[in-house]
Amino acid sequence: MNKIIAKEYFSEKVVRLEVEAPLIAKSRKAGHFVIVRVGKKGERVPYTIADSDPKKGTITLVIQRVGKSSEKVCSLEVGDYITDMVGPLGKATHIENFGTVVCAGGGVGVAPMLPIIEAMKKAGNRVISVLAARTKELVILEEQVAKYSDEVIIMTDDGSYGEMGLITQGIEKIIQREKVDLCVTIGPAVMMKFVALLTKRYEVPTLASLNTIMVDGTGMCGACRVTVGGKTKFVCIDGPEFDAHQVDFDEMLMRLKAYN
Amino acid sequence: MNEYLQAERAQEWREVLRKSMKNKDRTAIPRVKMPEVDPEVRCHTYDEVNLGLTEVMAREESHRCLDCVDPTCITGCPVEINIPKFIKNIERGEFVEAARTLKETSALPAVCGRVCPQERQCESKCFYTLKLKKEPVAIGYLERFAADYERQSGQISVPETDPANGVKIAVVGSGPASLAFAGDMVKKGYDVTVFEALHELGGVLRYGIPEFRLPNEIVDVEIDGLQKMGVKFVTNCIVGKTISQEYLKEEGYQGIFVGSGAGLPNFMNIPGENLIGIMSCNEYLTRVNLMQAADPESDTPIYKGKRVAVIGGGNTAMDAVRTARRLGAEKAMIIYRRSEDEMPARIEEIKHAKEEGIEFYTLHNPIRYEGDERGRVQRMLLQKMQLGEPDQSGRRRPVAIEGDTIWLEVDEVIVSVGVSPNPLIPQSFSGLEVTSWGTIVVDSDTMQTADEMIYAGGDIVRGGATVILAMGDGRKAAKAMHNNFMNSK
Repeated sequence: MNKIIAKEYFSEKVVRLEVEAPLIAKSRKAGHFVIVRVGKKGERVPYTIADSDPKKGTITLVIQRVGKSSEKVCSLEVGDYITDMVGPLGKATHIENFGTVVCAGGGVGVAPMLPIIEAMKKAGNRVISVLAARTKELVILEEQVAKYSDEVIIMTDDGSYGEMGLITQGIEKIIQREKVDLCVTIGPAVMMKFVALLTKRYEVPTLASLNTIMVDGTGMCGACRVTVGGKTKFVCIDGPEFDAHQVDFDEMLMRLKAYN
Repeated sequence: MNEYLQAERAQEWREVLRKSMKNKDRTAIPRVKMPEVDPEVRCHTYDEVNLGLTEVMAREESHRCLDCVDPTCITGCPVEINIPKFIKNIERGEFVEAARTLKETSALPAVCGRVCPQERQCESKCFYTLKLKKEPVAIGYLERFAADYERQSGQISVPETDPANGVKIAVVGSGPASLAFAGDMVKKGYDVTVFEALHELGGVLRYGIPEFRLPNEIVDVEIDGLQKMGVKFVTNCIVGKTISQEYLKEEGYQGIFVGSGAGLPNFMNIPGENLIGIMSCNEYLTRVNLMQAADPESDTPIYKGKRVAVIGGGNTAMDAVRTARRLGAEKAMIIYRRSEDEMPARIEEIKHAKEEGIEFYTLHNPIRYEGDERGRVQRMLLQKMQLGEPDQSGRRRPVAIEGDTIWLEVDEVIVSVGVSPNPLIPQSFSGLEVTSWGTIVVDSDTMQTADEMIYAGGDIVRGGATVILAMGDGRKAAKAMHNNFMNSK
């Protein structure tokens, strides 16, 4: 049982939760995720950790209401408990001084990107963050991202904030302008697919953090399997980050609809 | 051991019982038949298939046991249950005492009475099997009877424990190896804490074995018993992730037992295997057993295929195919590349599956899958096989019959072709020796790893075995770790 310490609405559909989890707060690194279950009949669902405070013993999750399970988490109030939470799971992001790193986050994907932006900056990289959303209200964490970024570019589909256009247009502009050593992308699968296609064309090494269907999250079931470089990999233990140019996004998009 | 057994056997009540009936009359009694739910009925429920023996049946069967001078049956039991003693207790009507005898050496008698392959263990070493060439005493049925009787009588005994010695022991995982280890260590006075990654306890007993073979309630009672003896359980805690090896040391744990299991399903790596509707047996059974996905109120989704193929011939494959039948499969099939003789599943499981209308495609092996435009599996191509020369396992090797293939329509496929050891512990612990298969290397007598404070057992060492072998490992490790502490004092 993990207690909700704070709750904030980023938008109508996006909620930030600070949850008591002292052991996870201590051991988690950028890129890690947790499995959350709400209620005795609840499903086990993975969420990437957005932040942690080891002193307070809390971790932060940013969750978008998209279905029954995320709805249940988002409806919890301060003082309520998450029935089960386990982690940190997955492999941590490989952090080093690559040079110039573009961090491209779409929608709620900006939240799990934040710890990577911070770690990349602290490792000495020049960090350019590209945040994309459908419309202005859905742009989240801009201030926090800016704190650890050398530059922040905002793209909205409707042009209500930042520049009008897709995330790929923002990234392409940077690549054409200067040498990019690494691109990291987190967001909807279809967005990551197009980011990967773009950066492949420019031969910019790219990591994508995948969020597939999972059950146990510890390698036991294989529900999360994806094809990477022609081989089957488990997102929960081999990932969640993979070489985006090797990921079979079409298969992943198909598998995400398994229970729709 | 032998002296203890002889002393027990020499007790007056045993003498009296032995003399009360001639061996000729004992061996003339036919072996009891386990009462079962009718196959037509049980295909639609999760209720346990085997109903258990009645008191009359159990006492009748117990008379068959000759209380041999040399009880070879015990040598077939990985946890060395005093088999004649518990059976003779049933014969004299002391059912609770029989259960107590089981608990002297087994942490989970109600579980073992249900899922042990007795035909390959104790019952294969029974005097009836070895010398009389008759059907063995139904040791497994009697074990289940005694354990169930105790539970239902409300007279559950909590085995006595030695005074607390204050030595903290950590156990990784809460499956059968870990529970057996924890039970033995807590009896010796150790301060035992079990760390489980999932939100429920029991490991494979919970997520793997379906309720029609092992009801969850049975697992709950056995774990409750360990709790009453003082074992502490922590769920949602992954050793190597949530807490580290160093953390355990800092917290004062002086011994660690790793029973983290074989949690990595194998796939066949054939074209189309990632289509929707194709999944590992672990995924399928975890959804149904652990997540209760068949319950309409459960948030966890599950496919209810109409034409379900399960690939493999082990107990897990039988569990999966029989589960599919219960979820409404009109055609539930086993696809196995060898013949039925080579199937690793227990005879009883194969028999139950057949009674429930499961179709067996033996000597067939899938080579590709095809799906519809949405990526859902639609059909599978099967290669027909024949048996060739024996391989390393002694079983005849299946060889493809060139060009002889058939297409089979399916809407769900469950791949049950074995599991690999879970990599979390081997990857996150230092000081262990790990094989290229990912199993942890141990001394086979003591179950001690290359790190002297760490012991391991069950599937993380064996790569894939049975509940009772895992329990045997746990017991062996507990004995060795305890001896080690005694010697270092």
